[in-house]
Amino acid sequence: MANEAELQAGLQGESLTVEQAIVNLQGEDLGLRVYAAWWLGRFRVNAPQAIEILIAALDDEDDRTDAGGYPLRRNAARALGKLGDRRAVPALIHALECSDFYVREAAAQSLEMLQDSACVPRLIELLNNQVPGTLPAPEPPQLEQPFDAILEALGTLGATEAIPHIQPFLNHFVPRTQFAALRAMYQLSPNPEIAAEYGDRLVQALSSQDLQLRRTVLADLGAIGYLAAAKPIAETLAENSLKLISLKGVLETQLVETPLPNLSEGAIQVMHLMDELL
Amino acid sequence: MSDSLSSLIQAVDAADSAYALLKAVQNLAAAKLEGAIPTLVASLSYNNPGAAVAAVEGLIELGEPAVAPLLEQLDGHNYTARAWAIRALAGIGDPRGLVTLLGVATADFSLSVRRAAAKGLGTMKWHWFPENLLEIAQEEALEALIFVARQDEEWVVRYSAIVGLQALAQAIAQTYPDWRSQILAQFEQIAEQDESDAVRARACWAQQQVQNAVPAPKVEDQPSPLSASDWQMILDKLYDRKGQERLVLAEGDPRRYRGLALSLSQNDENL
Repeated sequence: MANEAELQAGLQGESLTVEQAIVNLQGEDLGLRVYAAWWLGRFRVNAPQAIEILIAALDDEDDRTDAGGYPLRRNAARALGKLGDRRAVPALIHALECSDFYVREAAAQSLEMLQDSACVPRLIELLNNQVPGTLPAPEPPQLEQPFDAILEALGTLGATEAIPHIQPFLNHFVPRTQFAALRAMYQLSPNPEIAAEYGDRLVQALSSQDLQLRRTVLADLGAIGYLAAAKPIAETLAENSLKLISLKGVLETQLVETPLPNLSEGAIQVMHLMDELL
Repeated sequence: MSDSLSSLIQAVDAADSAYALLKAVQNLAAAKLEGAIPTLVASLSYNNPGAAVAAVEGLIELGEPAVAPLLEQLDGHNYTARAWAIRALAGIGDPRGLVTLLGVATADFSLSVRRAAAKGLGTMKWHWFPENLLEIAQEEALEALIFVARQDEEWVVRYSAIVGLQALAQAIAQTYPDWRSQILAQFEQIAEQDESDAVRARACWAQQQVQNAVPAPKVEDQPSPLSASDWQMILDKLYDRKGQERLVLAEGDPRRYRGLALSLSQNDENL
């Protein structure tokens, strides 16, 4: 999601071209560099040259916030996940050691998107806060590590060896982190009945009093595509737009199990629910 | 004004928190009283998404008597209220909303408004149209929906256009079999080519339902409440529309990026 600065830059830079973005990314103007990194990811510019420059930007030292953060590294890490080029994997694994919490978070998310298990050992170390030089999030609740992103990545990457490291997070004091752990355990449990227990705990969280938490759970349920959640998703109190995205995830999981043009009972049930939310 | 109506309206006026307003509008909508319409329409502009959802549902339930006040709301400058009013009009399916929905489905910058309008175009109360206007109206809806189903950049809007096309195919299956074939051919193409699996799945399902002649949901049997002047106005607007070229932006046009930036700023819209 774009922040306000990015959006403003977006309005000014609407005529940015691929060539110009690549030039800007290597230029003197730090604002333009940060924006160019975001832009290349946003418009999925996976030209080889763009990948190389973005990888180089993960080592940037010029662009620092007062608190010591690395804005350009953050955007470069986010962009590399969207561009789908696995050459970025070693550099992103290295970025998991960055002192900036948000660079580590972006790197973990991008490694999840790139679907490369090479990062699993490092992610487990990070989950256990065993990577020297990393600093906690600068704002409350000042978590040591971007646990949500790490847990989600481990789940998506099918890292069953991480299960014992994930379990303690099922009772983490931050609800979002609990959800991320539940989501990962759902994905990593080979036994469907046990997986369903984790899925059902996520469904229960749809009745949370807090809208922001309900939104988070909608995203988690869509990501794992838990069919039994379809009706509760449609009925929870949240924006239709978010429910539709969540149900899309459930529908697409059904399509993996029963490829088109065949449609499973489950897929049809989900589409019925989606039709009502339009 | 009955006691219960006036006390329900008073509760909306007196609400002093977002939650109290939501509850008051929900109660007013649930009462299903025509006298509630002006208050329900007004609550579309209070910038309270929960209340607006309840009001839209209430207005759709009340149906035709809400159409004129909703069309007046469309003339206002409050964009959010306008978007909610369009959603209500799409849900009611009154012919007086047709031309608005045609414009909105193809060109509104908010994806959730395009989404609602596309579905609404397929589920108009076609049985309310006089015969001479029905063909023009359905042909316009067909053209707009095919355009949206193939070209909209948001998967959910294309999905919605397929739902609209399916309803339209079911409505015209007897009268215009060649349009039905045309819609089926579109489903076939979308099912093969769309980049979104969810959209492709919906096209497959639509194709199956139209081919197997699964009947469209039954419509209520009310007579059309529209007057000759309503029809004249709809017809005039349709001809105006015919005269205008649809603005289709080419790939790479900078205005497309402005649209994208705008759509990012809409991430928090509660539609």
